[in-house]
Amino acid sequence: MTRDDIFSKVRTVLVDALAVDDEDVKPDSILTEDLGAESIDFLDIVFKLEQAFGVKIAQGELFPENVAQDPTYVQGGKITPAGIAALKTRLPHVDFSKFEADPSLSKVGSIFTVDTLVRFMEKKLAAK
Amino acid sequence: MRWMWIDRIVELVPRERLVAVKHVSMAEDHLHDHFPASATRPAFPVMPASLIIEGMAQSAGILVGHAEAFREKVILAKVSKAELTVDAQPGQTLRYTATIRQMDAAGAATLGLVDLFDPLSSQPRRIGEIELMFSHIDQNMSGMKFPEENFVFGESFKTLLRMSGVAIPT
Repeated sequence: MTRDDIFSKVRTVLVDALAVDDEDVKPDSILTEDLGAESIDFLDIVFKLEQAFGVKIAQGELFPENVAQDPTYVQGGKITPAGIAALKTRLPHVDFSKFEADPSLSKVGSIFTVDTLVRFMEKKLAAK
Repeated sequence: MRWMWIDRIVELVPRERLVAVKHVSMAEDHLHDHFPASATRPAFPVMPASLIIEGMAQSAGILVGHAEAFREKVILAKVSKAELTVDAQPGQTLRYTATIRQMDAAGAATLGLVDLFDPLSSQPRRIGEIELMFSHIDQNMSGMKFPEENFVFGESFKTLLRMSGVAIPT
């Protein structure tokens, strides 16, 4: 499956899960800020990706879990360097370059773009 | 007390399917407000669509809760789709068929079909589809703590299960 094919399927998933239009879904669209995703939508997206691509996605594999509860990872409302290092290991499909400039916990949602999902599915399918 | 929007569970296949029925009655107050008479027409009492969705949510929620022996607090988190094409009126019966589409530790997605039985017709009529998302809230909400007691599946639900002959898993 080509990257364009994967993007097309991811877009269909997001249009269905978030009730947005096709043209709203661009590679750099942020799931929360640009497409209006809320917390439960992330589970919906995982379920729909599993169906669309015929894969099983473990809890925490695509989106991180319980980062905010670990004091090693969060201090003063920001993700610590140790936290970012841990996230990079757990989430190799995520581009942290912009986030690292201001690693506020409140902005952690901005690391998840449409491209993040496409990269995740590329890796997932390659490992299949 | 909890407002129950199903009268009886008629089938439960664990982790797969639950079928429940709801009899629509003129004795229910909400029907008279939906829609009351206006200056231009007489009263038009029908079951509000929002309460049909709640009936499906209760049916699907019990199915999801039963799958984990009611240990999880199962909360309706999203109405992904709700299409209802025909009004349900007093004297008719709604049948909710909920199936689990996907389920994991964080929650579940369910599909639901709504059928309408009219005493004047020998065949039920498919009147809607409702897709829902449920969250196991102890597994989500960024680790937020909730009371240990399962406040979702209280005594009203247990009564409904017992009345329907459904064993409560332990």
